[in-house]
Amino acid sequence: MDISQILLELQALLSPRGVLHRPEDVLLYEYDGALDRAKPDFVVFPRTTADVQAVVRLANRANIPFMPRGAGTGLSGGAVPIEGGIVIVFTRMNRILQLDIPNLQAIVQPGVINLDITQAVASQGYYFVPDPSSQRACTIGGNVAENSGGPHCLAYGVTANHVLGLEVVLPDGEVVWLGGRTQDVPGYDLRGLFIGSEGTMGIVTQVVVRLTHVPETVKTVLAVFETIEDASNAVSDIIASGYIPAALEMMDNLAIQAVEASRSSGYPTDAGAVLLIDIEGFAEGIPEQLSHITAMCQQNHARTVHEAKTAQEREKLWSGRKGAFGAMGAISPSYYVQDGVIPRTRLPEVLRKIAAVSQKYGFRIANVFHAGDGNLHPLILFDERDPAQIRAVVKAGSEILQACVDAGGSISGEHGIGVEKREDMALLFGPEDLIAQRQVKEAFNPTGLCNPAKVLPIAKACYEVGARHRRLPNILKEEHDLSHLGDDPHGS
Amino acid sequence: MISEREIMMPVLKGEIGQSNFLAGVDRPDYDEMTRCTHCGMCLQFCPTYRVLGLEADSPRGRIYQMRAVAEGRALVDEDFAEHMYVCLACRACETACPAHLHYGSLVEAARGQIEARRSQPWGERLLRFLIFAQLFPYPARIRLLAGLMRLYQISGLRAFARFLPGRLARLEPMMPTLKGDFFPARDQVYPARGVKQYRVALFNGCIMPVAFGPSNAATVKVLTENGCEVVVPSAQTCCGAIDLHAGERDLGREVARRNIQAFERLNVDAVIINAAGCGVALKEYGDLLHEDPAFVARAQAFAAKVKDVNEFLANIGFRAPTAALPMRVTYQDPCHLVHGQNIRLQPRQLLQSIPGLELVEMAGADRCCGSAGIYNITQTDLSMEILDEKMEHVRRTGATAIVSANPGCMLQMQIGCRRAGIDAQVYHVVDLLAKAYNLEQSN
Ligand SMILES: Cc1cc2nc3c(=O)[nH]c(=O)nc-3n(C[C@H](O)[C@H](O)[C@H](O)COP(=O)(O)OP(=O)(O)OC[C@H]3O[C@@H](n4cnc5c(N)ncnc54)[C@H](O)[C@@H]3O)c2cc1C
Ligand code: SF4
Ligand code: SF4
Repeated sequence: MDISQILLELQALLSPRGVLHRPEDVLLYEYDGALDRAKPDFVVFPRTTADVQAVVRLANRANIPFMPRGAGTGLSGGAVPIEGGIVIVFTRMNRILQLDIPNLQAIVQPGVINLDITQAVASQGYYFVPDPSSQRACTIGGNVAENSGGPHCLAYGVTANHVLGLEVVLPDGEVVWLGGRTQDVPGYDLRGLFIGSEGTMGIVTQVVVRLTHVPETVKTVLAVFETIEDASNAVSDIIASGYIPAALEMMDNLAIQAVEASRSSGYPTDAGAVLLIDIEGFAEGIPEQLSHITAMCQQNHARTVHEAKTAQEREKLWSGRKGAFGAMGAISPSYYVQDGVIPRTRLPEVLRKIAAVSQKYGFRIANVFHAGDGNLHPLILFDERDPAQIRAVVKAGSEILQACVDAGGSISGEHGIGVEKREDMALLFGPEDLIAQRQVKEAFNPTGLCNPAKVLPIAKACYEVGARHRRLPNILKEEHDLSHLGDDPHGS
Repeated sequence: MISEREIMMPVLKGEIGQSNFLAGVDRPDYDEMTRCTHCGMCLQFCPTYRVLGLEADSPRGRIYQMRAVAEGRALVDEDFAEHMYVCLACRACETACPAHLHYGSLVEAARGQIEARRSQPWGERLLRFLIFAQLFPYPARIRLLAGLMRLYQISGLRAFARFLPGRLARLEPMMPTLKGDFFPARDQVYPARGVKQYRVALFNGCIMPVAFGPSNAATVKVLTENGCEVVVPSAQTCCGAIDLHAGERDLGREVARRNIQAFERLNVDAVIINAAGCGVALKEYGDLLHEDPAFVARAQAFAAKVKDVNEFLANIGFRAPTAALPMRVTYQDPCHLVHGQNIRLQPRQLLQSIPGLELVEMAGADRCCGSAGIYNITQTDLSMEILDEKMEHVRRTGATAIVSANPGCMLQMQIGCRRAGIDAQVYHVVDLLAKAYNLEQSN
């Protein structure tokens, strides 16, 4: 099947308005929130599960890659079409299909924005728990694919804990339900396996999400410390004492500087670190928890421990944390964010290693953490317009991940592996592990056409599924003479 | 084993190509656009993205298109132009962007590039010349045109509008209903009531004095009520926003210079503007003229004095009226106030100071109404789709009046009420405040 034939068939399936193919249009689907870029050949906008199924079947017949894309906020290049092909975008499958408050459930299409679920049920006193900082932009499909977390996942669990069932179009076009409308379905937990599969095991077309009661009372506390060690020790003490706050976030001085430079959130710019703590529950229990946590902070030399007095003040404090990545734009042209996880007690040691990496490469590194669960987000500041810096920044990132693994941790907490951390998988897993993982993936995606070149390393040929599909000749090159771009991402 | 993988990036692979933006015309600032990390946090705040769902009609996508042109990967062609003009220039994305990117100046410069390149059909060129060079710089001509429009409206000719050819027939309902109470600038001086504390100048605007003449009179009223002597210089002209949004940057600079000259000799504490769109343009004169050595310092001095009337009154600690206005109102944030000037609380403060007035917030009050300067004329269908959603939110508040602070938004609200069959009056914030002051004086 040649390229114009594929185009005609796609247009027949989805109407011409549901298909983009001109170079200047598909160019805008070559990026997500991370660094890697590669252009698709087609971008399609399905409206129904049947549309998705039809596109997947067509891609199989034509033997070209296809992949799902939500809002493109991913931080590991998961939605970037490394091998071209068809990108399936869910902006037109963004309806909440059913709200079932008595059973604490909702059925939503994959393109629904995370925050929109909460907004739809907030007036009735419910919310959808996973709150990635990108929640006002990212889609539920993306959340499922990345098994996303957020500040409040410390106490309540990540996406996997709040998704009951999934309708999935498998890579061969078959439509199946994984999980269901109850918490536990007999047999293997394929739903659990699928969540976090980063779009490599199929495409989610409906999601049954769990709704949760809004806690009766929420208090937000900002604790200011002179040094990051003091702040880390306070975190360890709080967790060790058995009081698990709803959220426990840390930012270091450079992160504070960036946030305050972009839009003031009320963090003191001379602090070594701040902790942002949410305490939730029934009103009676709050004062006790509050004084306990305040004491733990003071015991670790906190300069101040301040409780937000109004809802506006709470929101302002949190807006700083939620905008922290983007705020790097105020102090640097680009950032490269890492997502390592470590045992909390090793924090001071890993931070020292990060500081050493910063020294070695001459990049400033800002640190933002989900401190409660040891998930680090070092943000390496650089300038992506300088090719030498791009090469260096990847190495610096890898060294940081190595430090996390050495400390007994892992290379990703919530952003996924995608294409960006693909090779870093070898820091964590040996060849046997990787082969086993490949076999699991192949059980779902035997042709490798569904979101190829993601998650598993390809540098070592033996892990690779094998490029059995073909790449389309690049249309862009033919239509405009832009051949100097060298857009074959493999450079082969 | 440390990763040796190369990031896949056009810059890494092919190096940056020659910019396809014209030299010699303002270029969208490359450093500014590369600050965009394509994080997507702006997407859901963009009215055109919400309706169309296309990356090309999102802030992130528009910036990326500019970047592609600047890096020689794309051309300034009709498609590029379409996406730049489908943008409402509402700047909601600026408020949403955690990196605080200055999107507004990027899109204005991009439009300048489009216009500089365009060889338009002579008809459109003539029309643009008439509108931008011959009409807006001359307040008297606008009054004349408005007078003719009013004649058309009261003559009963409007009944024949349905015989107009296609596009004109669709545009006719958007024509503002003019009442003929214009407010021309004639070097008037209005004394402060009570002790004079400030001397301020009123920037009269071009749409306000003809479509909402009474609101300009009300602005004078609330200022004089609050210890201001108000002057209205006749040498002023259009602020230039209309030109800038349409990519006519040189014309924009020309009117800016004329305004600076008209106001700088007046020795005033502030230049007061009651139209949010003009306010943004006036406050940005310093940037607009940054390459004009004769004017840059004067432009900055002028811009520093410009204050929106809501902002000014809140700053000086205005006097709350004592007479009651029992009514239920809702407030529509003008984009150029809330996103362009970060003025969100002040108009609400003014409204809530009026005894008896109940302010009911609508959902998404700070989302664009689809008016956006001349957008409802150039992109009628999309504008109406955005407006209809807005009117649903208005309806749910049960308000009998919609308050805003910009003529474009007020006109759009009137159109919206007509389309949705909502029986609500449309006011400027100062209309209600002035009404309350008048009431207390007649009591
Ligand atoms: C500023 C910022 C802050 C962030 N903060 C957090 C955070 O606190 N916690 C966190 O976990 N993440 C965070 N992220 C990362 C990102 O927002 C999440 O990974 C999010 O879930 C991605 O959703 P998306 O809709 O943008 O997906 P995309 O980026 O579009 O896609 C991500 C992956 O999901 C797959 N996918 C998308 N839709 C489907 C579908 N329907 N079926 C199957 N697969 C699909 C794609 O193929 C891709 O592999 C942040 C990102 C940014 C830019
Ligand atoms: S100015 Fe408004 S319409 Fe234009 S990109 Fe920004 S949010 Fe969208
Ligand atoms: S929020 Fe700002 S940095 Fe993020 S994509 Fe939008 S414009 Fe770019």
